[in-house]
Amino acid sequence: MNGASEIAAESPMNSNPTENPNPVRPFYWSVRRELWENRSIYMAPIVAAVVVLFGFGMTAFNLPQLRRNALALEPARMRAAIELPYDAAAMMIMFTVFIVAIFYCLDALHGERRDRSILFWKSLPVSDLTSVLSKAFVPLAILPVVTFVVVFATQLLMLVLSTLVLLPSGLAGTTWQLLPWPRLLSILLYGLVTSALWEAPVYAWLLLVSSWARRATFLWAVLPWLAIGAIEKLAFDTTHFIRMLVHRLTGGFNVGFVVVEYPKETHVPVVDRLTQFDPVKFLSNPGLWIGLVIAAAFLIATVRLRRSRGPL
Amino acid sequence: MPCIEARGLRKTYGPTVALEGINLRVDEGRILGLIGPNGAGKSTALNAILGLTPYEGELRVLGRNPWDERDQLMRDVCFIADVAVLPRWMRVSQALDYVAGVHPRFDRAKAESFLGRTEIKRTSKIRQLSKGMVAQLHLALVMAIDARLLVLDEPTLGLDILYRKQFYDSLLNDYFDHSRTIIVTTHQVEEIQNVITDLMFINHGRIVLECSMEQFEARYAEVMVSPDHLAAAQALGPIHTRQLFGRSILLFDKADRGQLAALGDIRTPSIADLFVAVMGGNSEAGGNK
Repeated sequence: MNGASEIAAESPMNSNPTENPNPVRPFYWSVRRELWENRSIYMAPIVAAVVVLFGFGMTAFNLPQLRRNALALEPARMRAAIELPYDAAAMMIMFTVFIVAIFYCLDALHGERRDRSILFWKSLPVSDLTSVLSKAFVPLAILPVVTFVVVFATQLLMLVLSTLVLLPSGLAGTTWQLLPWPRLLSILLYGLVTSALWEAPVYAWLLLVSSWARRATFLWAVLPWLAIGAIEKLAFDTTHFIRMLVHRLTGGFNVGFVVVEYPKETHVPVVDRLTQFDPVKFLSNPGLWIGLVIAAAFLIATVRLRRSRGPL
Repeated sequence: MPCIEARGLRKTYGPTVALEGINLRVDEGRILGLIGPNGAGKSTALNAILGLTPYEGELRVLGRNPWDERDQLMRDVCFIADVAVLPRWMRVSQALDYVAGVHPRFDRAKAESFLGRTEIKRTSKIRQLSKGMVAQLHLALVMAIDARLLVLDEPTLGLDILYRKQFYDSLLNDYFDHSRTIIVTTHQVEEIQNVITDLMFINHGRIVLECSMEQFEARYAEVMVSPDHLAAAQALGPIHTRQLFGRSILLFDKADRGQLAALGDIRTPSIADLFVAVMGGNSEAGGNK
């Protein structure tokens, strides 16, 4: 009648759990898991790069003429004209990644509740802290690295293409002479580090909303800030709050440099405007530290929320 | 050491009381069936045990406080919530990689050998598998973990009858031994009758009935009585009466077997019949669910 107790009675009593557990790396595998689930982390920048390369390739037939025109300009404008497509490519890719980062964060802790898989993740010995940090690691570390690699590859292909196209006209060497590529790459690398740190509270906020909101994560993420901005505008007719937000969202790439302002209509290369790395200025900016403290507070709140959250 | 020990375990959601301060003790090596209607508090009790929800009162699972130590506890506890919690975007091979990467007690070779008995391909995404295959995959992952407590919350919900049978067969033949403890909730009461060692009915956040299956078999008896014996049978105080093909089936608690034998054939009732007998009265008395 009672099958289970018979089976239980036949089983040996001494089958204790083995005491040499597998080595585990919960953080590493949690990050891997994010990359499996969110292929847009690398696919979106690659698609942006393909679009950029396609556009560059389409206009390549015109390159010798453009180059001859550029070489006739004064030195600063000449360098700006040669550098422009490379900067544009980098900016396209960085913008794409920024959008990916926003939507990634908004979905990171909401999607697992929507599809009930949170019950599977929580059935494993991975703490909520590890889970949340592995998700924050994506916009703060993975995406900057992906951006750098994709921009590097794209610019390299652009250089190769332009060299091939310019070879018959004998202008191929001018790109290599006039384009400060290593410097552009180092600006990119440094800028990616500073913007990740500068934008950390933005991503942390998005993760917080994603762990808290039942639906409409984007609206919950955006509307409170717009409301505060609107109230300030109505009450005091000022826009400090909105400008602070815009600075937080867009200033990350510049805050680590000594920025030389040129009149708007002058064309100067990025290397001339972002004249020098200034980590001291960056690290002594109270805005950075206030932002990081706020980011940490948001992440702590996110961990606490995830602990009590179940499927939607 | 008991596997689970709760004293005054209570949980409220606003004005709704999900658990009314229950006391619970589950010893190692038992298979407990937790049965109750929807909204009775089963899932709340399981969620508290698994560290998924905060609670009032005292609760120790394998000597730990589940709410504060969920991630530690999950080294020794496995659970299958229902068939639909494996992430649909994941590949079978990724699920194996991930669990192997985060779980110290996961034996990948074991999981591979369980999967080898199924039709599941390593390269498939979970969304491509049938419900039954997802359940097989989840069970393969869980059975390859050397855990001390396994919690199954409606594990066979939505599965067809073959998979359901197979599910409990694998569990008993390939997984269960005296050092493990299993708690299972289900509405398919009949399929666990021969599986469980202990039975618990829960309703309105309270434990209504608690017994081992040995006690169940000793205490409860069902007799099919022909109309001419009905009055005599009623006099013995059945806890429930139902009609089948013009005969009455009476369910007795702690009745004298000798007296019952005179009235008709005695058999052990099904858990489902006892459930109706116990809960039927309770639901009426309790009003809303």
